[in-house]
Amino acid sequence: MKTLDIWRTLTRSRLFWPIVTLIALAILNVAVAPNFFSIQVKDGHLFGSIIDILRNGAPTILVALGMTLVIATRGIDLSVGAVVAISGALACTIIADAPDGNNPATVLFAVAVSILFSLVLGSWNGLLVSVFGIQPIIATLILMTAGRGIAMLITEGQIITVSSAPYKVIGAGYWFGLPASIVIAAAMFVIAALLTRRTALGLLIESVGINPEASRLAGIRSRGIVWTVYIFSAVCAAIAGLMISSNVTAADANSAGLYIEMDAILAVVIGGTSLAGGRYSLTGSLIGAFVIQTLTTTVYTIGIAAEITLVFKALVVIAVCLLQSPVVQARMHRRKAAPPLPPVPSGTISTPVPATTAGAAS
Amino acid sequence: MTATPVAPAFLERIGVSRFIPSSKFSSVIVTLVLLLVMFGVGASRYRNFASGQVILNLFVDNSFLIVLAVGMTFVILTGGIDLSVGSVVALSTMIAASLARDGWPPLVIIAIVLVAGSTIGLLSGLVIHYFQIQPFIVTLAAMFLARGLCYVISLTSISITDPFFTTMANTRIPIADRMSITPSVIIALVVVVIGFIVLHHTRTGRTVYAIGGGEHSAMLMGLPVPRTKVLVYVISGFCSAVAGVLFTFYTLSGYSLTAVGMELDAIAAVVIGGTLLTGGYGFVLGSLLGVLLLGIIQTIISFEGTLSSWWTKIVIGGLLLVFIVLQRVLTARRT
Repeated sequence: MKTLDIWRTLTRSRLFWPIVTLIALAILNVAVAPNFFSIQVKDGHLFGSIIDILRNGAPTILVALGMTLVIATRGIDLSVGAVVAISGALACTIIADAPDGNNPATVLFAVAVSILFSLVLGSWNGLLVSVFGIQPIIATLILMTAGRGIAMLITEGQIITVSSAPYKVIGAGYWFGLPASIVIAAAMFVIAALLTRRTALGLLIESVGINPEASRLAGIRSRGIVWTVYIFSAVCAAIAGLMISSNVTAADANSAGLYIEMDAILAVVIGGTSLAGGRYSLTGSLIGAFVIQTLTTTVYTIGIAAEITLVFKALVVIAVCLLQSPVVQARMHRRKAAPPLPPVPSGTISTPVPATTAGAAS
Repeated sequence: MTATPVAPAFLERIGVSRFIPSSKFSSVIVTLVLLLVMFGVGASRYRNFASGQVILNLFVDNSFLIVLAVGMTFVILTGGIDLSVGSVVALSTMIAASLARDGWPPLVIIAIVLVAGSTIGLLSGLVIHYFQIQPFIVTLAAMFLARGLCYVISLTSISITDPFFTTMANTRIPIADRMSITPSVIIALVVVVIGFIVLHHTRTGRTVYAIGGGEHSAMLMGLPVPRTKVLVYVISGFCSAVAGVLFTFYTLSGYSLTAVGMELDAIAAVVIGGTLLTGGYGFVLGSLLGVLLLGIIQTIISFEGTLSSWWTKIVIGGLLLVFIVLQRVLTARRT
């Protein structure tokens, strides 16, 4: 009886399938490489497959974080890849042009300029979507196309390499024994979670996503909210861009952040946030990003060429989308609704009907 | 998407719409005027710009993009979008190159490529219609799948030495004195003509417009909505495969990283050509003009010499912006 209730709450949770996928991938990894979960301490830093997944996944997590809020308002931000390229290009160019790249003040200045510029880029997307009322896919497509051009304009078509110890910390350094990128991503996640879940902001975002017109009539300033989420998304992408360029100590306007918008959207979808807007789950997107990164690592450990990861990603997207699609959902619910269970809050009332099914289930 | 229709009112207030003629061809006319202006600018700035061969080269260098834009027009007219076209082009070049390396007859290769492209389109269309998933996300998955399959075929570039392909690549069809085109141009124009006839003179074409105008009402009118909706993705997949074949004629190789971002060029060409992204409104010939406009920008930038190639992307982004805002003004006035 009790187990059935727990089972039902579990499977009803939107995080159930993403977590199952993640666990399945982890088991697969352990089967191939038994030392998958081992974490070693070298020079006071943590090393291991899990840490690698976390570190390489940090940019995706950040971008997915911003994307979740954008998607929650019924939007989409295709320009994040371009923003990643621009912020990396801007920071690396400033550091490369500075007389002393190792000066922390220079690095701080470069980081600040990149993030400030991302505010401008985010405001641009927000302006097009919220004031001009252009479809989000199209509005952000403009920056997606032009953005790579802007990044190349900044780097003058070159790959800018930097040798700056303080800058390298962002993507490849360690704080408190943990990779710095993980700490940054975790901090952003906590900030976003606190801001949206401990204040009314999350509720307002969801209401704008569910029905923009109704929420406007209810007195919510939907325009300001939509504008904010695009700015937030651009800032997240800019920080991800700093991490990526810092990790490889170079800014490549062409390939930095290529397809990261797809990875982020994928993470959000796997995490159970509907592309139709409304209810969202930041934790879900976090798990989604882990699923993607673990998938990539799995493909590496199994020994398949890294590029073929795309095929597996495609299969995962298709599977997840089919599971979430209205048609399949309706069919599954019909089957679930087959035992005569009225919508009673589970656990408060005990009828003999579920007891028999409980026996069958356990 | 917010439902606060402030922008049209704002644009109305600053009087933008007063300068635009109100007709169903208005945005196509804007594209045409822009094309002529750009050509005029080029002709006045550079010697040899206003030659016949420069105009013909617009077609020669963009034949594959023209074919892609025709397929994309069908999809966008129904209110959908196909992000997989660039990857399908790459996959087509890979299939063609690898089969040509193994000595398959050229016509069989082309048939296989066309079937493969159409199949990807068919699968996307079926999933989009029968599972009611957004076209955007389904074709995104198709894009990953096609790009990944490229790498499954080969991780490196494969060059084509098959005599048929090299002949198609090197043949020049003379039109006038010192002016010539390639066979690819003829194929591309044939695709445009077929697209035009299908869209404007058949029932299928009218159903495509009807779905874009309102899927539910099209269904109530008894039009074959499911069939047509799947069909447009098959057409787009088929066009992508044709474009892939033309692309192998153009580059004589198969490479997994070709045509990255080409879907954006195709979408940009369609939008600049005056097709509404919400569907139901637009012309194949407009998309052709859109491709030519993108081509002429590239030509001007290469004639200029000092301007670097990345300016192309920025200018295309700017043009997209102008046309999208223009669309907002036009639709706002119509409703």
